[in-house]
Amino acid sequence: MKRTGNAEDPENEGLLVRRIQNGTVIDHIAAGEALNVVKILGITGTTVEALSIATNVPSGQMGKKDIVKLNNRELSKEEVDRIALISPKATINIIRNYKVCEKKGVEIPDLIEGLVRCPNPGCISNTSEPIKSRFLVTEKGLRCTYCDWIIGRDITSHII
Amino acid sequence: MYRIGRNGGVVTRHIISIGDFDRRQIDRLLDNAKRIDAQKYDRDALSGKILATLFFEPSTRTRMSFEAAIARLGGTSISVGSVEACSMAKGETLADTIRVVSGYADAIVIRHPKEGAARLAAQFAGVPVINAGDGAGQHPSQTLLDLYTIRQSMKLDDIHIALVGDLRYGRTAHSLASALSLYDARLHTISPKGLELPGSLQAELTEKGIQITEHDSLQEVIPEVDVIYVTRIQRERFPDSASYFNVASSYRITPELLSPAKKHAIVLHPLPRVDEIDPRVDALPHAKYFEQSRNGVPVRMAMLLQVMQ
Repeated sequence: MKRTGNAEDPENEGLLVRRIQNGTVIDHIAAGEALNVVKILGITGTTVEALSIATNVPSGQMGKKDIVKLNNRELSKEEVDRIALISPKATINIIRNYKVCEKKGVEIPDLIEGLVRCPNPGCISNTSEPIKSRFLVTEKGLRCTYCDWIIGRDITSHII
Repeated sequence: MYRIGRNGGVVTRHIISIGDFDRRQIDRLLDNAKRIDAQKYDRDALSGKILATLFFEPSTRTRMSFEAAIARLGGTSISVGSVEACSMAKGETLADTIRVVSGYADAIVIRHPKEGAARLAAQFAGVPVINAGDGAGQHPSQTLLDLYTIRQSMKLDDIHIALVGDLRYGRTAHSLASALSLYDARLHTISPKGLELPGSLQAELTEKGIQITEHDSLQEVIPEVDVIYVTRIQRERFPDSASYFNVASSYRITPELLSPAKKHAIVLHPLPRVDEIDPRVDALPHAKYFEQSRNGVPVRMAMLLQVMQ
């Protein structure tokens, strides 16, 4: 195991955890948010994925950052963009045969479905109705499309 | 104005929130209500149409005025007798109820205790949905009839309006304030401690350019305003009856209090009133709350025509 650098960058092979052959590396996650990123990706409880998480590793750009590596799984754009809610500077590296084939940033989506629970106990989305929670992403935060409640901060504590 | 849903290629118009309206759309609907009020309307415009009224919470004025509105336009209404008697009491979801009722009626008016229930209904309905109040959320027909009543006495632009009473939980005051932001109104708020206009709404209104002034007493604001909008202060917001009566009495509208009011100033109340307005005020020219209640019919007729024609 070597010390850190730009995760999975073939030019800089300093790594906290082993390089992966195929899969996804999420780099430049805001320090301390890696576990929430994993939660957003729906990886909870018993998992089959080979998953590596590095938290609070030194970063030239960010001071400290987190890294998540997922073996044998390439993330879809929808999955990736959800991460932007808690870590807008995150970068996604798709790895094939140990090489970075694709590198992209994350974009905050316009609409978030089924990811966050509305904090308003009186909201219809918190009942047994056959609907997913739906939030519009606005400047002020996430706005529930059912009851207009706004989650302005601490979005992670509302993730389902 | 409407949330537009598409069901099988057919565009369905819903009225869910006053926030879905722009000023031009509000003005047009109020103009239509005025024409209806002047008896200039087709009495068979909605002949053969059926309106379903789904009220999962008690209502007198809203329900009856919607039923009167559809009847005056030549249509009929159907409803469930009571919540206990309907299938939701057996555990049916609102989504399923709405899908079923969509098959029986040409439009649905819904009141429900949960916020966002009308939006959910619009999502599942194959027919237009009108929100008649969803919990502490929206009640657009009340706001439209409030605006209509104000407009009967004065232009909506640049008015000074006092919002009095429970401004924290009073959804009618919230919606009216939001709608008046389209008309550059000046808001004056008078409410008991703990029942002030929510900070988030204040911020939103200020952002829209509306000026809000908080006042400690009704006396200081009465001579300044064109409209006094009174809402009910609910007993259950207070720890005991004594503290309720103590607070409620200081927010009571009386003829003496109104003596320095502008000649054209009007007093509105969404009703039912309990102790907020002295019955002696009823005889004063300022009192417009029964007129306001009556206006529910032409305004709701205009709403029905808008979505059902």
